[in-house]
Amino acid sequence: MIASRTRRARKAFRGQIAYHGAGIAIALFFLAPLFITFLASFRHGTQARQPAIPPWPTDGFSLDSYRSLDTFGAGVWQHTVNSLAVSLATVVLTVVVSLLAGYGFSRYRFPLKNVLFVLIIATLMIPFQSILTPLFIILAKLGLSNSLIGLTLVYVTLQLPFSVFMMRNAFDAVPKEIEEAARIDGARDLRLLVCVLLPLVLPGVATVAIFAFLNAWNEFLAALVLLSSNEKYTLPVLMMAVRAGRLGAINWGAVQAGVAVMTIPCLIVFLLLQRYYMRGLMAGAVK
Amino acid sequence: MTGSGQKQPLSSRRRRENTQWRGLLYIAPAMLLVIVFFVVPVIFTGWMSLHNWPLMGTSRWIGISNYTRMFNDVRFMSALRFTAYYTVIVTIAIFAVAFPLAIFVEKQRRFVGAYRTVIFLPVVIGLATASLLWVWLANVDSGFIGPALKALGLVERSPNLLASFDSAFLTIIIMVVWKIAGFTMIILLTGLQAIPAELTEAARIDGAGRWQRFRHLTLPLMRRTIALALIISVTGSILAFDQFYIMTSGGPQNRMISVVYYIFNQSFVSFNLGYGAALSIALLVILVLISIVQLRLLRIGEERP
Repeated sequence: MIASRTRRARKAFRGQIAYHGAGIAIALFFLAPLFITFLASFRHGTQARQPAIPPWPTDGFSLDSYRSLDTFGAGVWQHTVNSLAVSLATVVLTVVVSLLAGYGFSRYRFPLKNVLFVLIIATLMIPFQSILTPLFIILAKLGLSNSLIGLTLVYVTLQLPFSVFMMRNAFDAVPKEIEEAARIDGARDLRLLVCVLLPLVLPGVATVAIFAFLNAWNEFLAALVLLSSNEKYTLPVLMMAVRAGRLGAINWGAVQAGVAVMTIPCLIVFLLLQRYYMRGLMAGAVK
Repeated sequence: MTGSGQKQPLSSRRRRENTQWRGLLYIAPAMLLVIVFFVVPVIFTGWMSLHNWPLMGTSRWIGISNYTRMFNDVRFMSALRFTAYYTVIVTIAIFAVAFPLAIFVEKQRRFVGAYRTVIFLPVVIGLATASLLWVWLANVDSGFIGPALKALGLVERSPNLLASFDSAFLTIIIMVVWKIAGFTMIILLTGLQAIPAELTEAARIDGAGRWQRFRHLTLPLMRRTIALALIISVTGSILAFDQFYIMTSGGPQNRMISVVYYIFNQSFVSFNLGYGAALSIALLVILVLISIVQLRLLRIGEERP
């Protein structure tokens, strides 16, 4: 009796070891590329051309890679600021526009309501890659060619189907009684929306904001097509100059530094707000 | 949906009717953006596809010539073939990795949350960033993979992974699996967790083995989730661009030009905007057809739970 119990315990223990052994191996595969790149980006400039064995700095920590990244384009700060400006503006605009639209779709009845809602959602079916040329021409007509504002407006539009859907569901989940009570207390329209309802749909706003930030920060093709002058480039477009290299030689140190600069904000945002990110993903998966 | 279909009590109906139009005001900014930056461009793409449309100078109506040209365009056909090939292989690879991972992180036990987070990390970085990262890792002289293989004594010389079609393709597949598997895993996980524990328990008591339970219980119950994950993977792969542009520049021997890459080349490198628009319409039709199939698949899952 006791023997069989210890045998079972030992078997369970061995199972645990096997499970976590596999878990650690899997985690290594997914972490290693990021980790190796971060470490390698701190090697000396002279090492950047050598094979990355070992990938960590062997003769002292150095910022050479970041310095050489800074020599591309208009300097890495300028492009980081461009990327940040586009991403944050996309977040703010997406939140405002989808908050209003979500509220309108959830609380009002008006003609063509369902048609318009389906129209917004249906844009998900059409890949934006297929409408880049007209976007380019329309932005030029609006005086927004080669402009970060134009790029932001395009990003906001691409975020709308998901965001409006999220926000409408968030408002649908708020009981009508709360609104009625606030109305009796004299809160109306925008004041009602901002002071009373906004705190109640804040988790939905967080989800919308995270997706807007990550998608705008990481987007490559639209930025590549819509931005034409050097100093306007966002980080992914700048990196194409680094990738192309100079005089046939690619500075891999600068590539590693660029990858680090582009990766770290994503990882921070995700790790801090993981709960809201996963919520958005689940909502998308269930619906 | 609860807000739209409900009957209003009589007392508040009057006020509702007065405020109805205000709803349009709330959705106006969203509608404006969608119309200006989506509906108009889609229609405009259709219009452009019927023209010879250079970057400078005037465009000329040429009817369906762009489309007849498309069907005779050998390079477009090979782009279509390559994209289909890539889509099939990468989707199989993603599922082959993501399904076991989903099962691996399904049960609540110690550290499982950490495993999920780590596996998911590459999903939140950009595809362009991931491509850059891996193009360095795969570099023959200054990279990591080749030199590491050499240091381990597995090869004599560091292989140039991106120089031949097969090894470059394999590298890209591994990169995409690394980047996307976590996403598919989470989608599949929601499906796995939706299966009632009692059902699996009952099957176990009835003597169903692990594989039998998976084959006859888990898979059928997950049909909807699998369909969804499949569709996301397929549509994403058909639109692949970043990895081929950044990692191989369409090489070796221009054999890695995907459909979006070819459209990009026609529109923004050769400036055949009209022809690019016709190709875009073809891409759009393919994607919409897939979306329709998607809805069908999802509905099948609903009918036979």
